[in-house]
Amino acid sequence: MSLDIAALRKEFPMLQRQVGGKPIHYLDSANSSHKPNCVIDTMSQFMREGYAPIGRSSYTLASEASTTYEAARAKVAHFINARSPREVVFTKNATESLNLAAQSWGRANLGKGDVVVLTHMEHHANIVPWQMLAAEKSLEIRWVPLTADFQLDLTSLDSILRGAKVFAFTSMSNVLGTINPVRELCDAAHRAGAIAVVDGCQSVPHMTTDVQAWGADMLAFSSHKMCGPTGVGVFWAPEAMLDSMPPFLGGGGMISDVRLDSFTCAELPAKFEAGTPPIVEVIGLGAAVDFLSGIGMSEVRRHEIELTNYAYRALKDRYGDDITIHGATNPELRGATFSFAFRGVHPHDVSQVLDQHNVYVRAGHHCAKPLMRLIGANATARASMYLYSDENDVDALVDALDDVSSIF
Amino acid sequence: MSNLEDLYREVILDHYRTPRNKGELPPPATCTEGSNPLCGDEIKIFLDVSDGVVNDVRFTGHGCSISQASASMMTAAVKGKSLDDVRAIARRFKQLMTIEEHDGSAPADVKLGDIEALQGVVKYPVRIKCAVLGWNTLLEGLATAQA
Repeated sequence: MSLDIAALRKEFPMLQRQVGGKPIHYLDSANSSHKPNCVIDTMSQFMREGYAPIGRSSYTLASEASTTYEAARAKVAHFINARSPREVVFTKNATESLNLAAQSWGRANLGKGDVVVLTHMEHHANIVPWQMLAAEKSLEIRWVPLTADFQLDLTSLDSILRGAKVFAFTSMSNVLGTINPVRELCDAAHRAGAIAVVDGCQSVPHMTTDVQAWGADMLAFSSHKMCGPTGVGVFWAPEAMLDSMPPFLGGGGMISDVRLDSFTCAELPAKFEAGTPPIVEVIGLGAAVDFLSGIGMSEVRRHEIELTNYAYRALKDRYGDDITIHGATNPELRGATFSFAFRGVHPHDVSQVLDQHNVYVRAGHHCAKPLMRLIGANATARASMYLYSDENDVDALVDALDDVSSIF
Repeated sequence: MSNLEDLYREVILDHYRTPRNKGELPPPATCTEGSNPLCGDEIKIFLDVSDGVVNDVRFTGHGCSISQASASMMTAAVKGKSLDDVRAIARRFKQLMTIEEHDGSAPADVKLGDIEALQGVVKYPVRIKCAVLGWNTLLEGLATAQA
């Protein structure tokens, strides 16, 4: 049974917004998603009725708030099939999670000449933290290239990985929508003796995540792309890995004792959560996970495959060779995110005209400049859909592109 | 659609489709690069300056219609002008691109001509940086050329 998208859309207040008396068509979900009522209400209700600091104080409300916070951690752990909630660390966002990987594990385990392998389709958040460490520690960074249709070129993966200590890669490209074979990549990393760090920002919101089936060593993702609030991200790693890593940020909450000349760390996962965490946001993320789990991630994925198929055909039927959609043509191999070039018009001009029709796409380099250079563009226009997107949104995009032609 | 017509005036589209002074100048002309890190637009401004006059100016680069048209109009406006005039024109243009009160630092009698067509950009704050990219790069280039 397929999803009742019309009913689902009613759960998202922002999708009811009108601009200039007309509905909006939000096609920027790879950037950030909208929030359902259950997330908004859970956060609002918690702040009205349940708010208290967590972890420190022993009075009733603080204890209740701690329980609610930890329940959200358990929900997230279950959502990604972690072995235990202790493996789930809350951060500020996925970017901080990837910096945690580089600064904590990387700083402790990497030295001069060690090799970190990245791919040409990484977001800056999975490039720059490694480059920063590489500059400090004299590491070598190697790159997995792409094929002509912007899939990872795995033909010489084993030789690229030879001797590497880290293989950090995205599970889905934020520019191309390309879905990478995470299990295969984790296996290749392990064959080479490297750890596998997965940037899950684009896939976790859209399909089933199973860190155990993947065999991954670390996973980073953000709440705000998966119907949750901004301000909270997740870093996951197995307990043994987290135990072996030094703390990342120091401060309150992450210690068991502090003396004038030393400190000892708290147990997991508090060891990695210095300072007051985003309590309300974590609880909101818990509600988002409940929402997504209630729908079922395989249903979300099925809907997005159908919609991607519909969008691809609608754009190609209307515009043929006037539109270039970068990346895989088979919707099974890609998420519902696609970058496109249209009749040579600059993406900023495309998005400006689309905006006039309340069709919201992103134009720019999408924080993936190495990939943009491969594509041969300074920028692309990107339409990205989610579980609440529908054929009306696609039709609006297709129709609005006509107006781009008429102006340029 | 009236808003978009305000942004994409015919004179702007004309400069976008048929840019003036597009290309490079050989050394000893100076070359100054500018970029807009948020959107990836890149521009190079080539300047031939002597005796306090911009003898020639060219530009190359990639960008949206606003950034390219603005650069094209800029080159047309400053070519052959004295450095003082060029700076006054640039100041005036940057005033045009701001919604803040003018501080009177540019003489009111500086005429921008066609460039005034770009004032529609001000209604789209994210596009202002597109319009000023070429001008900021010009000002950097002038500093280099005079150094």
